[in-house]
Amino acid sequence: MSAQFMQYLLTGLTVGAIYALVALGFSIIFNASHVINFAQGEFVMIGGMASVSFTAAGLPYLLAIPLAIAAAALVGLALEKFAVEPARGASVVTLIIITIGASIFLRGLAMVIWDKRLHPLKPFTGDTPIAIAGATILPQSLWVLGVTLAIVLALSWFFGRTLLGKAMLATSHNRLAAQLVGINVRRVLFLSFGLSAALGAVAGILIAPITTTSYDVGVMLGLKGFAAAILGGLGSGVGAVVGGLVLGIAETMSAGYLSSAYKDAIAFVIILAVLFFMPSGLFGKRDGERV
Amino acid sequence: MLSRLASPRTGGLLALAIVIALLPLALANKYFYDIAVLVGLNAIVCVGLNLLIGYAGQISLGHAGFFGLGAYGSAILASRYGWPPLAAMLTTTLAVAALAYLVGRPILRLKGHYLAMATLGMGIIVYMVITTEDRFTGGPDGIAVVPFSIGGFVLQGERIWYWVVGVLLLAAVWLALNLIESPTGRALRALHSSEVGAEVVGINAAEHKLLVFVISAVFASVAGSLAAHYSGFVTPGKVAFLHSIELVTMVVFGGMASIFGAVVGAAALTTLPQLLTVFEDYEMMVFGAVMMGTMIFLPRGVVPSMARLFQTRRNASSDDRAGSA
Repeated sequence: MSAQFMQYLLTGLTVGAIYALVALGFSIIFNASHVINFAQGEFVMIGGMASVSFTAAGLPYLLAIPLAIAAAALVGLALEKFAVEPARGASVVTLIIITIGASIFLRGLAMVIWDKRLHPLKPFTGDTPIAIAGATILPQSLWVLGVTLAIVLALSWFFGRTLLGKAMLATSHNRLAAQLVGINVRRVLFLSFGLSAALGAVAGILIAPITTTSYDVGVMLGLKGFAAAILGGLGSGVGAVVGGLVLGIAETMSAGYLSSAYKDAIAFVIILAVLFFMPSGLFGKRDGERV
Repeated sequence: MLSRLASPRTGGLLALAIVIALLPLALANKYFYDIAVLVGLNAIVCVGLNLLIGYAGQISLGHAGFFGLGAYGSAILASRYGWPPLAAMLTTTLAVAALAYLVGRPILRLKGHYLAMATLGMGIIVYMVITTEDRFTGGPDGIAVVPFSIGGFVLQGERIWYWVVGVLLLAAVWLALNLIESPTGRALRALHSSEVGAEVVGINAAEHKLLVFVISAVFASVAGSLAAHYSGFVTPGKVAFLHSIELVTMVVFGGMASIFGAVVGAAALTTLPQLLTVFEDYEMMVFGAVMMGTMIFLPRGVVPSMARLFQTRRNASSDDRAGSA
């Protein structure tokens, strides 16, 4: 393995971990409501931009980060309450437009609250690169990978071991049956937006020190997160993580070895290629249509 | 005779023709004509897109890609290579139709969100190619386009364009109305309610979906070509994801499965940004809020919701009369 390959792999894993977090957000909301939340990318933006603001106001990271995550989660809950909940029963296209409208609204709001400039965020623990097998990795990348791993473990514990998590999982399998056994599916839907928003915010905070952040970072990160979720198969947690990592690595490799001009197009080329052969993604449910 | 006039095919078409003929009375200056032309061009795209979304029930989040390919195809052939604009437009349209056919075949097997993703991806790839291949397209700066001309006659000025676009819009609506009244149209509605069900009664769902996908791409491409010649300039913004979304929003706002709804939606959402400029910095916020609000409160779109209201009123008043008699 050449040092160059190793370098691309490490960078790809870092980016992929971020895509995975965004994709998990898509999957959680999709499972609870069968809604694709196109405003998912804006939570990423809110997490990053709010952290910039809170740290600029003099708050230490230990306070600024939880506050930024809470801010995004509140926006997520509000989105569910005031935009998705009132439109229950609307068609898929209508719901897609509502969430896209929400994302445009939030981006416009961010432009008014903050500005159009790029904002840097200080790395959590220094910026001295660490050498690994001939390649280097930023301490911040280690944070990205470590926190993502921790979140994935925490989520699998949450969905497998806690009552609320099991209730959410049950709702995703069969909404009506879940309701029959006494699960408050509306509350599940409400909470899933909060949880997804928090995950998106974490992604935005983790990546901000590496790429800087601005009012419109959510657009591409959101679309790529959606691509990752679709690649893995909508609604599959494992799929979201695998999809994210695969996209991240493939993107960095092709940018490095093929063409950096088309870096952002790679994710979509891959997704089209995969969908041509596997119409439900890598880990998606393959079920027939009932007439 | 009267019942024929009340049918959307003749009555609605006549109404639209009257609106197009009388609208210039209300258009005070060039600026209003300009907006009317933009409305007409968007309406042509939406009428095609509505066939796909409203009637066949297939979503596309990438139609700005076809619009952009039409615009750039015409721009490059006519301006860079000096082709006659009409030949450039026809060649581009054929190429876009061929591309839609090739891409549509595998893509339209997908359903729901997977189809949304695939069309979105297709649109973004077109956008990236256009912004990156700047030798042909001028990259992010865009490209200047020669005016449209046939023989020695040069099409210039908002007023002439208004009539050209008006007639083309009527033609597009007429084509769409005929299509949905044909066996193909009935097949599309059947597969919208249930694809499996439609196949069981002998409808080739894949062929029909592909046909309507190609038609909608052709409408978008022609409108794109015309828009390029009309404004004399194309930028990648016309190909961007957001433009695809605007097109879908026009269709849903006006009303899915309503040809005239598509026209109303195009008119409303093309004029809205012009009105919103008074909000300056808040323009984007207000646009997003309007998008959310209308979809939450009028999920069926303006025209079907109004039609429904009208229907219930009429039923109620006829009930009253029945009661008093």
